[in-house]
Amino acid sequence: MRWLIVLLLAIGWATGASAVDLEGEALARYHELNAELRCLICQNRSIAESDAPLAQDLRAVVAGQIAAGRSDAEIKQYLVDRYGEWVLYDPPLNANTIILWAGPFVLLALGLLVVFVIMRRRRDSADTAPAVDRERLSRLLDAEAQRGAADDDDSSREHS
Amino acid sequence: MRWRLVIPVVVVLMLIVLLGYGLTRRPDVLPSALIDKPAPQFDLPTLASDRERIRTADLKGKVTLVNVWASWCVACRAEHALITEISRRTGVPVVGLNYKDTKEGALRWLGRYGNPFAVVAFDRSGEVGIDWGVAAVPETFVVDRQGTIRYKVVGAITRDEMNDTLVPTLERLKASGS
Amino acid sequence: MIPEIGHFALILALGLATIQTVVPLYGFARSRTDCLAVAAPAAIGQFAMLGIAFAALAFAFYGNDFSVAYVAANSNTHLPWFYRIAAVWGAHEGSLLLWMTLLSCWSLAVAAASRTLPREVASCVLAVMGAVSVGFLLFTLFTSNPFTRQFPPPAEGRDLNPLLQDPGLVIHPPMLYMGYVGFCVAFAFAITALLTGRVDSAWTRWTRPWTTAAWVFLTIGVTLGSWWAYNELGWGGWWFWDPVENASFMPWLVGTALIHSLAVTEKRGIFKSWTVLLAISAFALSLLGTFLVRSGVLISVHAFATDPARGVYILAFFAIVIGGSLLLYAIRAPQFEAGTEPVAALSREGLLLLNNIFLVVAAAGVLLGTLYPILADSLGMGRISVGPPYFNKVFIPLTAPLVLLMGAAAVMAWKRTRAEVLRSRLWVPLLIAIGLGVAMPLLTVGAGALAAIAGCVLGCWAIATALEDVVRRCRGRRIMLPRNVLGMALAHVGVGVFVIGISLVSGFGGEHDVRLAPGESASMAGYDFTFLGTRHVEGPNFVAEVGDFVVRKDGEQIAELYPSKRRYNASGQTMTESGIDVGFWRDLYVSLGEPLSGDAWSVRIYHRPFIRWIWGGAFLSAFGGLLALSDKRYRRRARAGKAVASDRPRKTAYA
Repeated sequence: MRWLIVLLLAIGWATGASAVDLEGEALARYHELNAELRCLICQNRSIAESDAPLAQDLRAVVAGQIAAGRSDAEIKQYLVDRYGEWVLYDPPLNANTIILWAGPFVLLALGLLVVFVIMRRRRDSADTAPAVDRERLSRLLDAEAQRGAADDDDSSREHS
Repeated sequence: MRWRLVIPVVVVLMLIVLLGYGLTRRPDVLPSALIDKPAPQFDLPTLASDRERIRTADLKGKVTLVNVWASWCVACRAEHALITEISRRTGVPVVGLNYKDTKEGALRWLGRYGNPFAVVAFDRSGEVGIDWGVAAVPETFVVDRQGTIRYKVVGAITRDEMNDTLVPTLERLKASGS
Repeated sequence: MIPEIGHFALILALGLATIQTVVPLYGFARSRTDCLAVAAPAAIGQFAMLGIAFAALAFAFYGNDFSVAYVAANSNTHLPWFYRIAAVWGAHEGSLLLWMTLLSCWSLAVAAASRTLPREVASCVLAVMGAVSVGFLLFTLFTSNPFTRQFPPPAEGRDLNPLLQDPGLVIHPPMLYMGYVGFCVAFAFAITALLTGRVDSAWTRWTRPWTTAAWVFLTIGVTLGSWWAYNELGWGGWWFWDPVENASFMPWLVGTALIHSLAVTEKRGIFKSWTVLLAISAFALSLLGTFLVRSGVLISVHAFATDPARGVYILAFFAIVIGGSLLLYAIRAPQFEAGTEPVAALSREGLLLLNNIFLVVAAAGVLLGTLYPILADSLGMGRISVGPPYFNKVFIPLTAPLVLLMGAAAVMAWKRTRAEVLRSRLWVPLLIAIGLGVAMPLLTVGAGALAAIAGCVLGCWAIATALEDVVRRCRGRRIMLPRNVLGMALAHVGVGVFVIGISLVSGFGGEHDVRLAPGESASMAGYDFTFLGTRHVEGPNFVAEVGDFVVRKDGEQIAELYPSKRRYNASGQTMTESGIDVGFWRDLYVSLGEPLSGDAWSVRIYHRPFIRWIWGGAFLSAFGGLLALSDKRYRRRARAGKAVASDRPRKTAYA
């Protein structure tokens, strides 16, 4: 994402007296890091979004460390050492957060698997005669109900 | 009953247990990241005199209470009497860390309410506060003989907290000799 | 006297809600029509009682009756009258009253429409809604009574939370709650289906308009919330992934899935148990949202008064209502599982199935991220935060395919679509989407952010495919298309507009913190912002420092902006009011930070291209929902549905 923010800053460039003494990529990093760090005493805000004195101090820490040539990871670690992982809005991938990061995608994979099974199974079962009477009965009922639905649908759409 | 139709009710039960647990905790009270870690390095002038300095090394060799305070902090005023009482009851010296304050304001505050501190470090810029993981004043740290932080109170100390945890912790550390 | 009338009306409402629940269910179990017939009058009575209670509280606010503790805590005599009325729902007790009043509005609407439903169904739906109402009335009366008196009354009240003193907040909660509560109707229909064992096309036709109506309200509510946050929080952002925002977003996602699965169930008679589950889930998430907002289990930027004791009650209520419903579902849903109709990958229902998977997984992802701090804490992993960076990284890959699918689904036929039909119909929209999607940013904001341009193409794709469908259907016809078809197309165009807005504002927006003394200027994206100075202004219940800014482009003045810092007299809280120059293509946004040495201020300047498209798109979608709702087929079909109990409804041609 960083390259993206660099680019957008290159476009929307501001020339006023900056509140911090950073330029170019360093300034982009400053904004990006601030947005990822939690203001500890605010109600759920990043330090970029707070006027609280602590947020101002932490912004100064971030600016100072960027100016001193520290990497993003080093700056984050510096704050984690003092305030705990609570300070990170972007929780790092580790054993504690594997469920968090993998969960949605595992769920999506499961969902897509179900879709795949449904599309396969339903076609198969449509080809073979159902063995159970009850199933056949309900299928007939369903089919009848759908004929009505399909009919009025056809009246609204032209299948080319 | 088909087993996959039971999944939703199982998920919701787990959710309810989780939320029930959530109700028992205080989301706004944070444990310190510094518990069982060495006290952060600092080297600050004392409030009393610019020439005197106090350093991390000065905390070693005895159990100490480090109280972060400021004259502009209302809650610090509220716990002031308790700090005095803890120091008197346990004999543990209290090191003040005066945080983002003015020298005049801090001295006036001590003059008005009494000085419970053995020594006060003067952190004008708040940099040492950040090293100590201070989010808001007051905060109080228990530091053992080795200079390791063993306990932390966020916000003003209450009488219950003093009697139930703080004083026993200090007594235990004093007695353990480690 | 008036507050006592309100209190008494609440108690009567509880009695009527109990009758509305118990008697019809008894009648349902024993097949007694006389008992079933009680539901509608009881619902009307309950509505009247809650209306009286609501009016009583509003009157107490209007008349500054500070002997009512809730009024004294949330209003004062200096508050303008419209904020005094809005203060009714400014805190916990009144919000609950609003919640219940709106629920009774929905009950009234169902009761009014009940002559078009079989009595059994209508009564059962009202009974379920009554049960929900009973739970909330008990909650209100025992833990959160808004009419509690205090003696002696204070001479002056405190204040309405200054965050809420904004026109957006006057209408945002009622809209949001209408949406939340509206899903109760779909939920009640789902429970009725489980009890009666019927999920047929008649059932889906009854359920669809209620679901769409709730969805429209929720869409408007969430959008207004976003718009308010942009105006009021002063950070130029429009969505913060805050727990309270997520609480309203999750039911929206599942409600959207429900709308689509209802369409499949109606047309094809499949996914029945899934549709019922979604209807239960949408309401479950609405209740969960209420819990998250009111219990204080999570830290939110929207500082509502929270109380864990109330959380225990809502959680218990949630456990009974949702746990019970899902248990009923586990027992009764197998009867809906008989369908063996094939689902082809290249068919509208196939794509709608995928749509449902993506929407539900997206909702689950939001839920996981929102609750993960509690989960981590409970598993002893320590305290962690999950914030916007997480949600953006996870949510975008889960929803971008959805927009892609949406475009394809628009031209798909039910049952099966031949691949060559798709090819012949989709290449024109595809070319338009690529051309327009690339050209639009190039002509307005520039090149550079590739991800944003890809998003813009995606948005154009959604719009182009929706329009292609409409154009094709209109071709060779003299009559108007049915409104539900137009509504769907409009809703999808709205999504496209929304996606374009998000992409371009996040890809090309700029922000800057600057220190400005009077007379100095800063420039951003070709605009020069000159700070003239600040002046002191006194409002009705606040004092403000107002900054004067002039914006010039190429030396020509294009706007004057007046961002301010307000300090509310009663609470002493300060609020940032941003100065915004609204435009179709971009907003220019200035907010005051802190006063610095001299007359200088720290000032934040934001360039927000296309941000209006975000809310514009959302409102277009909501309007599409309204249009679909106004389709005469729902009313005509509803009448047909009356005779349906034994007979399949006859088909109704659109023409």
